[in-house]
Amino acid sequence: MTNPEILRYTQETGDFSRMLESIPYARFIGLECNRFGDDLIFRLPEKEENLGNPVLPAIHGGVIGGFMELSAVIYLMMSQETLRMPRIVDFSLDYLRAGLNRETFAECQLTRQGNRVANVMITAWQKSRSQPIATARAHFLLED
Amino acid sequence: MNNAMRMERVRRFIGTLNQSRELGMTVTSAKEGQLTLCLPYSDRIIGNPDTGVIHGGAITTLMDTTSGSVIMCTLDDFELSPTLDLRVDYMRPAEPHKPVYARAETYRVTRNIIFTRCEAFQEPGDTIANCVGTFMRIGKEAMPKSFRDLIDGGKE
Repeated sequence: MTNPEILRYTQETGDFSRMLESIPYARFIGLECNRFGDDLIFRLPEKEENLGNPVLPAIHGGVIGGFMELSAVIYLMMSQETLRMPRIVDFSLDYLRAGLNRETFAECQLTRQGNRVANVMITAWQKSRSQPIATARAHFLLED
Repeated sequence: MNNAMRMERVRRFIGTLNQSRELGMTVTSAKEGQLTLCLPYSDRIIGNPDTGVIHGGAITTLMDTTSGSVIMCTLDDFELSPTLDLRVDYMRPAEPHKPVYARAETYRVTRNIIFTRCEAFQEPGDTIANCVGTFMRIGKEAMPKSFRDLIDGGKE
């Protein structure tokens, strides 16, 4: 991850496969990322192993949280050119709708970037961007 | 309801959650209004490959599961309560190759909302993360009777 060559490759090509391959948790939940111009859209494919509530069935709330959290980490790494992984300080997550067993998307927004701390907003949705299933806000520490 | 029944109920419940099974979560202890679950270490959930530290997402899932399931140790009747929100503060990274435990309690139960607190820690006792959550009560009728019976072990 701190491998500068992979980071440079990802920034130059917009191909996230090598970076995601190097993060076991990204593979574990199946996280993908695509770049459209300057924008990054994260994708969590439909996956039986990610389900929680078996009756609906719905994605485990913790997986939605993990997906959004890791999206924010990758987003920050791409915008910072830092070689260290940003460290999460806190994470506040509002669940707005059940995440059904289908693909989920997320996008991030840098609300405020200080010298040491960054504040990131994350929105996750499924069928329609205008109907988010969860929103979150996180603080990251960018240095030791 | 005694503690053995609470423990069985939670064990059956988390057994129905694919992601919790995938992570290998187990019930450590259960008593009235309090529950401890265990997340074993696994290479598959590493977030930082340089350090081997597991990703915060796995800890979020552990704390969400523990906070949601402690409700079963508080209420006599099984109700599935969706999470409204979670706020997680990360104190320190989890030490690799050791399990992470989460201990949750319900500290306020109202007609509509349940408030929980949860601490993730490792032996010998350092706190990894703290979490507060709110859960919405949707009533026991919101779940099919067959599912409730499964969790309650077929009693009634």
